[in-house]
Order: sequence, then C-alpha cells, then structure tokens
Amino acid sequence: MSTVVRVNPIACDGSGLCAELLPERIRLDDWGYPIVDPRPLTPELREHAERAVAACPKLALLLQKEAAARGT
Amino acid sequence: MPSARGLIELVTDSGLRGRGGGGFPTGRKLAAVAAARRRPIVVANGAEGEPVSFKDKLLLRRAPHLVLDGAALAAAAVGAREVVVALDRMAGEEIGVVSDALDERRDRGLGWRLAVVPPGFVTGEETALLSALQGRDPKPTFTPPRPYERGLNGAPTLVQNVETLAHVALVARHGPHWFRAVGTAREPGSALFTISGAVGRPGVYEASFGTPMRALVERAGGVRGAPGAFLVGGFFGSWIDPVAVQDLSMLDADLERAGAAVGAGALVVLPAAACGLDQSARVARYLAEESAGQCGPCVNGLGALAGALETLAAGHADCRPDALRWLEQVRGRGACRHPDGAARFFESSLEVFAGEVELHLQGRCSGRRGEFIPTGRTW
Repeated sequence: MSTVVRVNPIACDGSGLCAELLPERIRLDDWGYPIVDPRPLTPELREHAERAVAACPKLALLLQKEAAARGT
Repeated sequence: MPSARGLIELVTDSGLRGRGGGGFPTGRKLAAVAAARRRPIVVANGAEGEPVSFKDKLLLRRAPHLVLDGAALAAAAVGAREVVVALDRMAGEEIGVVSDALDERRDRGLGWRLAVVPPGFVTGEETALLSALQGRDPKPTFTPPRPYERGLNGAPTLVQNVETLAHVALVARHGPHWFRAVGTAREPGSALFTISGAVGRPGVYEASFGTPMRALVERAGGVRGAPGAFLVGGFFGSWIDPVAVQDLSMLDADLERAGAAVGAGALVVLPAAACGLDQSARVARYLAEESAGQCGPCVNGLGALAGALETLAAGHADCRPDALRWLEQVRGRGACRHPDGAARFFESSLEVFAGEVELHLQGRCSGRRGEFIPTGRTW
C-alpha cells in the first residue's frame, strides 16, 4: 500500500492553498485548480501533505491508500 | 434458464462488456454486486442522452422484453428483488412501450419500477443517474463509493445499459459459445451501431465487432456524395479521415491506431461539403454546455476549448498552443469522464482538420457552415 493525494473536484473551489503547502505534488492549472501528481507520497512529504489536507477550506483534498499495482 | 450462480459465469465466459460507452466487463460487475453484503438493486440504464445515438431507444421500442428479461436475470443472479428502469423524459415513445411491457411481466419475487429522469448528455453517467433517481440533480458524484458498493438509497446497485442487459438475456438463452461465434477473442459478440449523417439509410444496425468500417457504412446505404470525415464513437469519439477509415474495422484494438474507440457505437459521416472545423466547434460548444458544471477544470477547460475552436473556425487567431495546454489540463480532472471524452473529441478535431485550421487562419474555408451534426434531440 502506498498513499497518494487526491482532489474531490466537485468540492474544490480553487483556493490554491494546497499548491502552496505541497508544491512537490500539486500545481495549479490556468484557472487556479490543483493538478495532482499521482505518484505515491514519500515519507518526508507525508507531513506536508497532511498539513495541506487540513488547510483546505472545502475539505476537498484527501489522502488515499492505494495498492501499488492498481491499474487505472 | 441457468441458475443464478451460473449466469454470472456464463456472462463472464461470454466476454460481454458494457454497451453504454464505458466497456466495463459485465461479468465482473455482476460478481462485484453479487458479493455485496446488503441486498442490491438493479438499474436498467436507458437514459441515452447523446444526440447521435439512438440504439438504446430503438432496442427499447422493438424488444422491450428482451431488455427486461436481461434485467430480471441479472437481478436473480445478484440477489436483487427490485429493478428500476430509467428513461429520460424526452423519450416519450419508449416510456409508453416500456410501461406497457412492465404491465405484462409476471416475474415472481421481483418488483419493477419505471423512473423518468431529466434529459441531458451527462444524465446517463451512472452516478448522475443514481442522483436523478434519488430526486437530486442529474449530476455525477465523487467516487468512491462506486454504485456497486453504495448506490441507490445506499444499497449496492448494478447499473447496466439496456443493450448490455439484452445481451445478458441472449447469453443466458444461447450460451457464451454462441455469443463468441462472432467478433474477436478479446472483443466478442455483436453490438448496435447508430449510423447517421451522409449515408443512404441512417439508422441503427447490428453488426459484429470487427466489421470493416466500409461494410458497416454499406449496410447503412453507403456514403451519399463525397465523405469529409467519419466521427467514430460519437461525441466522446474521434474524427477519422476518409482514407484512414478504409482500413479500419469496428474494434477497439483496430481503432486505437487512429486514436479512436467504439464507445457507444455511434458513427457519423460528415459530407465533404460541410466544414469539419465549424462542425467541431459546434459540438465542442455543446459538450461544454452539457458539463454538469461541478468541477472547475471541466467548467473552465471545456468552455475555453470550445472558445478556442470557435476562434479557429472564425479564423481570428491561432490559439492552438493554448488549446493544446488546456487539453492536458482537463484530462482526468473531473469527477466523471466527461472532460476526458470531450478532450478526445477536441484533440481529434485539431488533428484531422489541421488543414482546415490553416485555411481559416487565411480567411478561407473549404466547406459550408451551419448545423450538420445535430446537437439537440432529433430522433
């Protein structure tokens, strides 16, 4: 199992805080919505990711556990 | 008729995949729902919102009991006692036919319900359909949970396209070997294809997977006049130029080479007289407007991309660099696959009509403008 960052795009309103707190995995598109790098979080990023999740005003950011061999 | 347990094995062995456009293996979906702890519900999805697809409506008009047989068999296989048949409000004739057919059913231990949902391109997406069936706006929801885990009223829900259910009934009757007698090992069976545009006899045709595109168009009376391009896979599909289409057949393995897919089986022949860029801009605007409006990248991205195609069609400015960046920014960024399907269409429009883009930027156009591909209800 590894952990990835995921955005609930319905809840997200593009505040952009996540990209500031976790630039290693999140950048913003032309309209200010987060584009998430699907690579698993490394141990040193874990704390930053948790801080980004907690900071989202819409609770739209989540950490999702994934089986490493997940196909899609 | 096979036992409940047997049906899932038969369907799995048949290799049947969903015919709503997603192509998910039906046997796997049945097994997932059957494994749920709570009693599941079956939803027969007849909400065919795509303007260039008519196959689900035709099937419901002509053979409603085949669809209902499939739904009853699927219900027995997964342990459901309730089947909801979902049709959109605009499908007046189908609502009447299905309503009459439901009155004729004598399935023991099975409750049927006909549900009429709002029309719309996205309504048929399974989570959007479940929202509509629960009295909410017909908009997709964030997953997980997937419908097979938690769907209608919280119950595990098997959502199957109506054509898929008809195939389930036929597999139960004739067996997986019969089903596999046509098509290929990886894409077995036959499917219903809606063929429209510049053909002699537009309509719905059943054909095996792997039927050469040329033969399929011949079935529909052949191309009327000179073809400009073929839209394969409907509005989530790709344009293919008339030369490339000659060597292709209706098979994902084959269409992949042209960046296309069978999808829900809609094929539109655009005549050479119509401007493909102008048509693409119109379909692009339709797809942008049909966004459920929930996800920022879809709302902003599809709107921007439709605007870009309109700018190119008007010959105002070469905004292709922006458009290519936006394509990458919309893929995979919605709660559903609407932005992905639309991006596929936009990308193929820019590729196949690249020559036309150059002409328009010089203030010229090789064809006529005006609505040729319908973006409203026409059937």
